[in-house]
Amino acid sequence: MRYSPILIAAFALSPLAAEAKTEITWWHAMSGANNEVVEKIAADFNASQEEYEVKPVFKGTYPETLNAGIAAFRAGQAPDIMQVFDVGTGVMMAAQGAVKPVADVLTEAGYTFDKSQYLPGIVGYYSTPDGTMLSFPYNSSSPILYYNKDIFQKAGLDVDNPPKTWAEVWAAARKIKESGAAECGYTSTWLTWIHTENFAAWNNVAWGTNENGLAGTPELQIDSPLYAKHFQEIADLAKEGVFVYGGRTSEAKQNFTSGQCGILTESSGGLGDVIKSGINYGTGQLPYDETAEGAPQNTTPGGASLWVMAGKSDEVYKGVGEFFNYLSQTPVQEYLHQQSGYLPVTFAAYEATKASGFYDKNPGRETPILQMMGKPPTENSKGVRAPNLPQLRDIQNEEYEKMLDGQQTAAEALKNAQERGNAAIKEASGG
Amino acid sequence: MRRTVFPNKLLPWLLLAPQLAVTLIFFYWPALQAFRQSMLKEDAFGLSTKFVGLANFRKVLADPAYLNALKVTVVFSLAVALSAMAIALFLAVQVEKIRCGKGFYRTLMIWPYAVATAIAGMLWLFLFNPGFGTLAAPMRALGFNWNPLLKGDQAMGLVIAAATWKQISYNFLFFVAGLQAIPKSLIEAAAIDGASRRHAFWTIVFPLLAPTTFFLLVVNTVYALFDTFGIIHAVTGGGPGRATETLVYKVYNDGFVNLMMGESAAQSVILMVIVIALTAIQFRFIERRVHYG
Repeated sequence: MRYSPILIAAFALSPLAAEAKTEITWWHAMSGANNEVVEKIAADFNASQEEYEVKPVFKGTYPETLNAGIAAFRAGQAPDIMQVFDVGTGVMMAAQGAVKPVADVLTEAGYTFDKSQYLPGIVGYYSTPDGTMLSFPYNSSSPILYYNKDIFQKAGLDVDNPPKTWAEVWAAARKIKESGAAECGYTSTWLTWIHTENFAAWNNVAWGTNENGLAGTPELQIDSPLYAKHFQEIADLAKEGVFVYGGRTSEAKQNFTSGQCGILTESSGGLGDVIKSGINYGTGQLPYDETAEGAPQNTTPGGASLWVMAGKSDEVYKGVGEFFNYLSQTPVQEYLHQQSGYLPVTFAAYEATKASGFYDKNPGRETPILQMMGKPPTENSKGVRAPNLPQLRDIQNEEYEKMLDGQQTAAEALKNAQERGNAAIKEASGG
Repeated sequence: MRRTVFPNKLLPWLLLAPQLAVTLIFFYWPALQAFRQSMLKEDAFGLSTKFVGLANFRKVLADPAYLNALKVTVVFSLAVALSAMAIALFLAVQVEKIRCGKGFYRTLMIWPYAVATAIAGMLWLFLFNPGFGTLAAPMRALGFNWNPLLKGDQAMGLVIAAATWKQISYNFLFFVAGLQAIPKSLIEAAAIDGASRRHAFWTIVFPLLAPTTFFLLVVNTVYALFDTFGIIHAVTGGGPGRATETLVYKVYNDGFVNLMMGESAAQSVILMVIVIALTAIQFRFIERRVHYG
């Protein structure tokens, strides 16, 4: 037993060495291919240094992850980092005392947070009105247009030039249906996120007061002529059977990938499923209303960001700072962007991807970035925020569904959605 | 009857302890928490808590959406409980008549019970979703305007069918057992007296099945009220509009999606009162008419 003392020492020391690492828990909602990206990023970070160990834990869907985080916080067991989807942003921002701003975490860890290095359209959404970044944008996406090239060909439409305005989309969709190229011309996921919230930004109309809620509690302003025109056009198409409703979230993607519909508006993050379906597809930017002044303006991000929970030790915060710094590095952002289809957060990563020729090989991947950066945002186009955005979306969906079923006009639907929404905002903000 | 007497004073308590612990921890403790929460106004993270007395209850009961959910629940529960029992009874009686392969049919009938509620919902969704449903396209081809994503009554029909299908097996099992317990001699005697099959069923078999039927009525009501959550969640998510939002679904949606803990808790307390009242009524009035053999 010549080696026994060394062996004993090794056994004795190894658990100590493991304990010396500060553990950082990261609750997320990424499944499938995106889960592998999370695992790889965490493993690479853990291998890159000795002091900290990031432990990603999958907690289910976005709402489930948020609820798990909230329940854990109430029980005093909150994770260190929590991934929260875009509509939960208002909830998290209202919870001062439960979260620690990412800008603070980064500065305390010895890094300077330089806003100019980050894409403004994305970081602006996750910042306070005075510009402090509250959460780290992990996966951002924006709505774009997808079209089926085979169906376009059959209908006699221009295969290389997808429609740019809503009027062009309606005309193309009618042609698809009338020519019998497909049984449905146009469908869309997320009538709330795409046709209500991004519609405001892209066409530069107000969704609500107070810079759409970014500068304070908003009052909805969706009961306005441009919205009424847009939704009445969709309702008319639905009546003709040209527009087919798929559901409240991303269900309509199925109607497109199955070849039932010729045109789809969906998140840029939905590209993976479209590719997987094997259809001959093309992409274009999100259509805008040509009667709107200044359109197209810019689109706003969806997706999710990483929040740091309050009440942790300095050691943990130092590690989280290190991790976020690692996440911002160009190669990591490039990997994240090219693997998952989500947008890069920094200019450097965007430039590097462009230089690598990735966009030439993958047209369509740049569209959401160009949409988001096209113009400096106005007070209508920085995104929307409310303390109860999920509830507002529920209300809008209910009213839109009644409209699509022909029970009410677009103007009535928007009026009801606005009235009910404002009452709910008042209630939620303690009125 | 002789009373069983346990010589040991401790043993019965020990034997009861696991069940008591489960009941206390998983039933009484959460119920008390719900009571407490229903009187509070709180943000999602519990950072600010205010006692508001019965304000949450007043708000809930004045909400038209709550009355709508109540209406939806009554329609949905009645339809599910009654059709699940009626169809199961019919099938159980028919299976009794089979001479060859009785066991095979019985097994097939009981099979769906092994399917989890959420999976049952997904199954029906994959069959009937207007976008990708296997049966949706043929239905449209036949000229039927099938679109449960927008048509509330169709969505209601779909969740009722799915929830009923899931529960038929369970009811079937009990009805088969109930039918087997009925002495053949009674039916034979009726036949000798010249009673038709139908007459014999309604005057002899059905009354003798009453204990089983009553038991199933209670179980099915509770099933329709609570256990169908998974199906509604998978198939319609309470929509379109609020056409399939039952009371239980609203508790979930307000609490866990909209993060209104106080109102959600108030709703669950009301729901608890409703279920207690319903069960009490069933035992008080309907059980009187049940004759146990």
